Amino acid sequence: MKSHYQLAIVGAGPAGMAAAAAAAECGATSVVFDEQPAPGGQIYRAVETPAAVDRAILGVDYWRGAELAKTLRDCGVDYVPGATVWQVSPTREIGVTVDGTAMLITADQVIVATGALERPFPVPGWTLPSVMTAGSAQVLLKSAALAADGAVFAGTGPLLYLVAWQYVQAGVAVKAVLDTTPISNYFRATRHLAGALRAPQYLMKGIRLLRGIKKAGVPLIRGVRDLRMRGDDAVSAVEYRRGHDWQRIEADQVFLHQGVVPNVNLSYSIGCRHTWNEAQLCWQATTDSWGESTVEGVAIAGDGAGINGALAAEYQGRIAALGALYRLGTIDADERARRAAPARAALAAERRIRPFLETLYRPPKYFRVPPDDQTVVCRCEEVDVAAIRKAVAVGCVGPNQLKSFSRCGMGPCQGRLCGLTVSELIADFTDLPVSEIGYYRLRPPIKPLLLAELAELQTPAASDR
Amino acid sequence: MVRTADAVVIGGGIHGCSCALHLARRGISVVVVEKDHVGRHASGVNAGGVRRLGRALPEIPLSVAAMGLWHNIAELVDDDCQFVPSGQVRVAENGEEARGLEERASLLRDAGFNHEVVIGREELRDLLPAVSPHCVGGMVVVDDGHANPYRTTMAFKRKAESLGVRVLEQVRVLRIAKRQGTWRVDTSTDPLDVPVLINCAGAWGDSVAVMLGEPVPMQAYAPMLMITARMPFFVKPVVGAQGRTLSLKQFANGTVLIGGGVRGNAVRTTNTASLEFGGLSVNARTAAQILPTMRGARIVRCWAGIEGYMPDGIPVIGPGRQEGVFHAFGFSAHGFQLGPIVGSIIADLVTTGATAHPIGPFRIDRFDSPPQRQRDALT
Amino acid sequence: MFTNIGIRDRDFVRVIFEDQEIMVPQGHTVAAVLLAEGIRSCRETPVSGAPRGPYCMMGICFECLVVIDGEPNQQACMRHVREGMSIERQHGVAQIGPDANAAQDPAE
Repeated sequence: MKSHYQLAIVGAGPAGMAAAAAAAECGATSVVFDEQPAPGGQIYRAVETPAAVDRAILGVDYWRGAELAKTLRDCGVDYVPGATVWQVSPTREIGVTVDGTAMLITADQVIVATGALERPFPVPGWTLPSVMTAGSAQVLLKSAALAADGAVFAGTGPLLYLVAWQYVQAGVAVKAVLDTTPISNYFRATRHLAGALRAPQYLMKGIRLLRGIKKAGVPLIRGVRDLRMRGDDAVSAVEYRRGHDWQRIEADQVFLHQGVVPNVNLSYSIGCRHTWNEAQLCWQATTDSWGESTVEGVAIAGDGAGINGALAAEYQGRIAALGALYRLGTIDADERARRAAPARAALAAERRIRPFLETLYRPPKYFRVPPDDQTVVCRCEEVDVAAIRKAVAVGCVGPNQLKSFSRCGMGPCQGRLCGLTVSELIADFTDLPVSEIGYYRLRPPIKPLLLAELAELQTPAASDR
Repeated sequence: MVRTADAVVIGGGIHGCSCALHLARRGISVVVVEKDHVGRHASGVNAGGVRRLGRALPEIPLSVAAMGLWHNIAELVDDDCQFVPSGQVRVAENGEEARGLEERASLLRDAGFNHEVVIGREELRDLLPAVSPHCVGGMVVVDDGHANPYRTTMAFKRKAESLGVRVLEQVRVLRIAKRQGTWRVDTSTDPLDVPVLINCAGAWGDSVAVMLGEPVPMQAYAPMLMITARMPFFVKPVVGAQGRTLSLKQFANGTVLIGGGVRGNAVRTTNTASLEFGGLSVNARTAAQILPTMRGARIVRCWAGIEGYMPDGIPVIGPGRQEGVFHAFGFSAHGFQLGPIVGSIIADLVTTGATAHPIGPFRIDRFDSPPQRQRDALT
Repeated sequence: MFTNIGIRDRDFVRVIFEDQEIMVPQGHTVAAVLLAEGIRSCRETPVSGAPRGPYCMMGICFECLVVIDGEPNQQACMRHVREGMSIERQHGVAQIGPDANAAQDPAE
């Protein structure tokens, strides 16, 4: 590892891996920092060393990640696994901890490829042990060949059905899939069907997943509009409602999911401008056609700049790298355009399905803005809806003020599990658009940093000596 | 539409809100104009230290008077502001520093103050069981403490509003001009006509002073703070150091705040303050060396707030050169504790033209070159 | 309850979970090991003492904090098992220092 790079890439998911490959082709000195021990990101987690014997259970799309990982290993960039990036400054000073040593390095260009995380799903009892996310189920499947027998899957969105399907493929009993997709979404989504039909592979995949789940005899309960988790020390049952009456399913494991949203903690903390994306119901960094954010020399690639999926992330990673290489002076505008052309065409094709998916799987307001006063919003500090309502009533005008009023968002997750809910709740209470409410002001370190590591921080000057 | 009032306060920080509150209590109608929202900058994001310990001599009478108000803060603003009289201690790490504390204590005694008390090695350990073995003593003020700065500023605002003060947020002052004996304040919304104008604009106080023809050599910096995840309770008083920059306190919820004035970068035009981790590293090292338990703390967030610093490290408080103008800004990163009293002093000046508190050292014209002062004296 | 659906050949390492020795596959995260052992709750919160278990498995939620080799506040989903590793549940406010779970009472 050097103390200075022309290009630093944060994240080794599809966007980061593709960006590294593009940078290597043009000969820029580059580094890829990634928190995990092996490349792949969450989507291709453990793709080099999948835990399960049976490769088929994860589906064919997963294996694309293996090629990207191999390229990353072979392309000659410095790949640093197990690296937690806790700050990138507007002047591209990077704070990173590797093996318990915190250090500052610098880069001329930075590509933030920190991907997505699952949207908060605040329902009563969602903090009980054994209530987890669909994404976590998939991580356990990929990296540890573990699956929960007799689990309930609840929510909406492609990942929920994919993981349930993967469970079925693995021969694991799924007790039920509680589908929270509002029935009205199906009608609204037909408007975007024409675009979706231009990307038939996604429609076919969706149909295949649901058919596979049903064929295995898994109860697929649609139109669920109320959910609560029951249990004392851990979840023991899920209760749901479609109309008036509550139904109960005994279960010792529940997986929740209602879509993924950009992981904006790093881009926000750098100072990049973000705007509210009403179609995707999330904050996303403003970027130009080369992925560059409003902070000079900092680009955002992949789902971190708006959800478009794994393949799009790969193309965006490549485009962002070419943009960075151009700004470095490594390539000229013609070469940039020529090299980016295939990725641009592929990206446009990838995006065709998005309006359809965004409309169909748009999570309903009653699962984003919890109606129940006792529902926990901030898991870290255990702040419920009532506390936020009270803070707004005494003059709290936004998420940052809410921190002082209630400690909401001040725990170690730094708002990742409550930020969106808080923005939307305050908007609801004040009857203002979410775009005016804003988000938490995020500051580094974006992951908790051990004080001893900070005290012994290695600065570039020190590490050169 | 032109708004009118008896007084306008520019700046919705702790001092602006305190001025508004004290004026309203004396029957003066007040409008507060704040360019962002109340408590957005230094007043809302400072370390919340409520201390007399270690203050510059000229500030001590004010600080002592403010402390009386802090101990009954709920009577003033109907909120406890989470004030905790935890005590404050300044640690000496060697004999030379301990001697420095002795000298300071005797200087204060000569000036008639005895709130700062020097303690030895054993007393320091009784007070701070977690202190590193190398520390030799300290200086204590037992009923100093800390409060929640944003909550405090908001409490002053709410109380002021309950007494009729109008607070205009996201309204920027563009121009100030004297017209027929009143001040015309042009803002980003409606203009104001007022006989009295109070500059409490904090890190932007020098800009307002310039509009009034009274330039001052103020600098803006961004003191940095960091806060940890919850820890077991291990330190009661606020801890500072005699030889190094440090202020460390643990709140009732177990989180520990570390600061003391290490500076990041402030950009006033964009309202931004950026962090400088090299400085935070030094701050972390100091904390770990004085309280070794801190090595295992997890820093969950760092931030910086924009603050105005005067060259001599003490604020500007008092009347301006023109009639109807009053200043209270440039508190140089230790104004929070003074907030309750400064509003009262300004209210004295506005309503009676004088105050019993010794504010001579804070005159705005103290930075003038001698010829300038002579010229002013002649005219 | 999580079960193994057919894991590839892996070496096993020995870890100690609260005085109990268990053999676990190399490469697993601590969180995966706990779930596979049927340990659903890995800590109690410092605020209300409520039990919590792993939630996101990708290092963002900080629900799976445990004490590893005496060091508290370790993200179980981000730490990988090693031979001889000691793992304990975390109770309330993490005590800092070698006796991580010796004194939990945050009150004065």
